Amino acid sequence: MARVGAALKFAALAALATFLVVPQRFASLFAPLNPSGAPPIYDQGNLLALALAHLGIVCLAAVASAVVAVTLGILVTRDRGARFLPLSRTLVGFGQTFPPVAVLALAVPLVGFGEKPTLIALFAYGLLPVFENTVAGLKAVPAEPLDAARGMGMSASERLRSVELPLALPMILEGVRLSVVINVGTATIGSTVAAKGLGEVIIAGLLSNNDAFVLQGGLATGLIAVLLYEAIGVLERRVCRTSRIA
Amino acid sequence: MNRVATGESRSLARPDPLGLALFAVGAVALAGLPFVVFKMNRIVPGVPLDFGAALPSRLAVPCLLVCALSAAAAVAGRSAWLRLVTALGGLAAVAAAAAAAADRLTPPGNLVFRIAPGAGCWLLLACAALLAVDAAMQLRPGPIARVLGLVICLGATGMAFSRGVFDDLSIMREYAVHAHRFAAEALRHLELAFGSLAAAVAFALPLGLMCHRLPSLRAPTLSLLNVVQTIPSIALFGILMAPLAALSAAVPLAAKLGIEGIGAAPAVVALFLYSLLPIVANTALGLQRVSPAAIEAARGMGLTEGQILRGIELPLALPAILAGIRIVLIQNIGLTTIAALIGAGGLGTFVFQGIGQTAIDLVLLGALPTVALAVASGVLLDALIESIDRSRA
Repeated sequence: MARVGAALKFAALAALATFLVVPQRFASLFAPLNPSGAPPIYDQGNLLALALAHLGIVCLAAVASAVVAVTLGILVTRDRGARFLPLSRTLVGFGQTFPPVAVLALAVPLVGFGEKPTLIALFAYGLLPVFENTVAGLKAVPAEPLDAARGMGMSASERLRSVELPLALPMILEGVRLSVVINVGTATIGSTVAAKGLGEVIIAGLLSNNDAFVLQGGLATGLIAVLLYEAIGVLERRVCRTSRIA
Repeated sequence: MNRVATGESRSLARPDPLGLALFAVGAVALAGLPFVVFKMNRIVPGVPLDFGAALPSRLAVPCLLVCALSAAAAVAGRSAWLRLVTALGGLAAVAAAAAAAADRLTPPGNLVFRIAPGAGCWLLLACAALLAVDAAMQLRPGPIARVLGLVICLGATGMAFSRGVFDDLSIMREYAVHAHRFAAEALRHLELAFGSLAAAVAFALPLGLMCHRLPSLRAPTLSLLNVVQTIPSIALFGILMAPLAALSAAVPLAAKLGIEGIGAAPAVVALFLYSLLPIVANTALGLQRVSPAAIEAARGMGLTEGQILRGIELPLALPAILAGIRIVLIQNIGLTTIAALIGAGGLGTFVFQGIGQTAIDLVLLGALPTVALAVASGVLLDALIESIDRSRA
């Protein structure tokens, strides 16, 4: 079963890579979807470049939101920041009820069209799962190792670095994984405000009634999301193993 | 012992760090950021005006006094009630100040000028709202109190809007232009979000039950639904247009029922598909968590399998199922916005029209009600889930 899964994932990765590099090979596959004689494969830009731009926006936003969310999560779980914990948790819950399009639409007036509003929306939306999981992970650190570390004479920052963060890391990575997967999909909406990415392909299809384009953009984005989800999962398991040994 | 006592008395005299932080943000917003933005028409960039320039002192001073009062209560006040009431007062004062500034800056009868709330105004509103939420949370309201609070807040806001308090603000100017469509689009938004939710519940509950009863079905079903979730919404909306258009062309009955490639049909189907995973997964999980002892006891009492399902398993799994429905409802309200791209209507129509015309006020006219709808739904369902949990305990 596990071997079948691995083979499937490898096949998906290979298919995605082939499609992005030599999309014309798939022309006969998509041709039945547009009988009107329009091009079966997206021809208004390089698919690989769009996919890389898409990934670039998602990763940049993910790194920024992970750094900020983990820092905030650490701050509110210290004694000094405890006063901010309940409100920040409520805020996170409230933020999750915000529709991603609304975040995107509200960012446009602030920074104009293009990549920037998409980056802001993805950053803001990616903060929530990471923050929530950082707080949950740090709160779940058992008292015994902390007491032991204190007994060994570790300072608060040493305890944070060598006990609390390693133990909370799997949870934090799970949050990053969630936020990345949501953002791969949300980034396609960014193309409605002129951000570069695979959403362009979908929107071009919607505008010209070309289902082949819509399907290409959708499938490529979906595959990227699934593969990233699996890749971060692998990373997570590896981190879990090393942190258990340490 | 002595040291502990002095430490405590000191902490009581110490200003509240949260109040202090929000006070600092609010002070910067008031002093350094534009309170309103004045635009000659709806799409040109505006001229920022700060608080002092936007309001005459006979209006600015009372507003500042109320804000100072809520800031003082936030920094030094000990009673949560006092902080809640003053924070709500600050919220109302800032909103009223923005409305008054818009009224003052618009010449009578002029419908072209736009006065929009500026960054400072939004930030002040956010600070006051955060203070109010923090104070309200310290009062630990039960589910009924929370719903009541929501109703009061919505009622007060609705009353202010219906009496025309905000009519000179840019968003309401945009509303006046689109008023004839607003109610219909809002209703369409609700129909799409709730209609697809109802269909999903009817389908996903039995499916979740089957996943619980037949463990071999569970993993493949859930991973299939997981894959559906990763398809970007605009792509799924788009992909569904073709088969539904074909169905409408091939089956006259489908066309008569209003199933078309463009419009509500692909939107409802896509929302339905996105709704399945949370409900199926939570139903299966909730049923799995029902204690086997309770089921054994019921079986011992001679209850049939159907009675056990209806009388024991489903009621015990209800909070988990409702949690799934909460996720879906909020997700649907947000995703319905995107359905406007394929001609399904809803509040997203205004968002995308606004993006197309670079008319920010029109974007807000679509986005703000969507956010309010999602937040209100979240509060209501949370209260429902908690009241069920409480009645159990």
